[in-house]
Amino acid sequence: MTVPMYVSPEQVMKDRADYARKGIARGRAAVASTFQDGVLFCAENPSNTLRKLSEIYDRIGFMGVGKYNEFDQLRIAGVRHADLKGYSYSRDDVDARWLANQYAQILGQYFTHEMKPLEIEILIAEMSLEPGDDRLFHLLYDGTVMDTTTHVVIGGEADVIRERLEASWSDGDDLDAAVAVAVQALAGPDRALVPDDLEVAVLARENGRRAFRRIEGEALASLLG
Amino acid sequence: MTLPLFSPGEDPGPSFFGLLAHLGLESPGPQAPMGPPGVTHGTTVLAIRYVDGVVMAGDRRATTGNLISHRSMEKVFPADNTSGVAIAGAAGPAMEMVCLFQLQLEHYEKVEGNPLSLDGKANQLSQMLRSHLPAAMQGLAVLPIFAGYDERVQTGRLFQFDVTGGRYEERAHAAVGSGSLHATTVMKIRHHDDLDREGAVDIAVEALFQAADEDTATGGPDPIRGIYPVVAAITADGYERLPDDEVAARTDALLRRIGGGEAT
Repeated sequence: MTVPMYVSPEQVMKDRADYARKGIARGRAAVASTFQDGVLFCAENPSNTLRKLSEIYDRIGFMGVGKYNEFDQLRIAGVRHADLKGYSYSRDDVDARWLANQYAQILGQYFTHEMKPLEIEILIAEMSLEPGDDRLFHLLYDGTVMDTTTHVVIGGEADVIRERLEASWSDGDDLDAAVAVAVQALAGPDRALVPDDLEVAVLARENGRRAFRRIEGEALASLLG
Repeated sequence: MTLPLFSPGEDPGPSFFGLLAHLGLESPGPQAPMGPPGVTHGTTVLAIRYVDGVVMAGDRRATTGNLISHRSMEKVFPADNTSGVAIAGAAGPAMEMVCLFQLQLEHYEKVEGNPLSLDGKANQLSQMLRSHLPAAMQGLAVLPIFAGYDERVQTGRLFQFDVTGGRYEERAHAAVGSGSLHATTVMKIRHHDDLDREGAVDIAVEALFQAADEDTATGGPDPIRGIYPVVAAITADGYERLPDDEVAARTDALLRRIGGGEAT
């Protein structure tokens, strides 16, 4: 009988974290930021069918980067949970904080107990009814949750993009300005992103009950000017 | 409530009913036979096709036996952005069916990323009716009309159903409920292929008025309380409920026309 090789728990966790981080860093980044009329999602995504952004509920949006099948599975679970909760109780009882906590549990569970951690980063945004109270929940591969009211960058090269975004983001931008800021932060000084490279959506207060809208095609082209 | 995650073999897909069944949350339905008295029913709802889409309309009265149980009930609802559903029959199960139907369309759209086709939506409603058949046999029948704008063929379409889930597409107009006979007569005489929105709304208001005139379980316009039929138009621009002022004005015009000429 062979004696199993000893690996310290620190080393195990570090290896898993490195593995997850590498997987996430391979993908392209996505930005979420609050603006005057709601929340903007902007992702670099050359695919027109495999979405990174989507609607969870009336005022809740989802953005994922990393392995598509992994974050998409969580997205669908989120839609199911939200629809069930709204059906059992009331539409007003569905909130992003609860969903973020559930996602954190799943991510944490995978990180410590499964063979490999989920190679994904998720953002859940909840638009408030009145301006100024929008919430962004940022979830890491190990189940860490962070919440903010301003902006979040997830995916590859997130640190560089975050610096660029912080330099130009300002409170109370309108949609045009918010999109310009987000796209510039994603592109950086040496590249220009065209509508085909981007997936853009908003949760906007003017949209009524289901606040999530994709901005595509000509609408996006005219926004990018 | 925990996050509903499923293994690939057990995944219910985009179906909300499948999800409910999986989690054991389906409603059991009535077990003992129930008689019609005590159950709210009696209605007239209708749909009329016109050049840009479909107009749907419904009266506002709910009855329990010979009593009026509610005067401002709504029986015409948006199913989603581009379609609507109107209901006749037992009020409780009907409302529940509409609620689940709306939820299923939205759930499918969110999970799949694309909305169902109009035929797909009609088929879903058909399946809901089929599974409701045991309750219908015990006196809790629900009969909907489904109408919408079909982007694929760029036209309005409307569907009628029976309690077994049979689905019948109508070309021009449809009506269900206790006053449907009288409403259908008006629609049948006045409908033509070049109908515009104004014309379709006028026919809808008149059909409901005549149904209310002959059928005790259908409510007529009630100017004293300001209660008028619910009228909605569904076009390429989506589902739009007409404001009460507009329906009131149309009703006034109708009453003047009838009062001036025909005997009432």
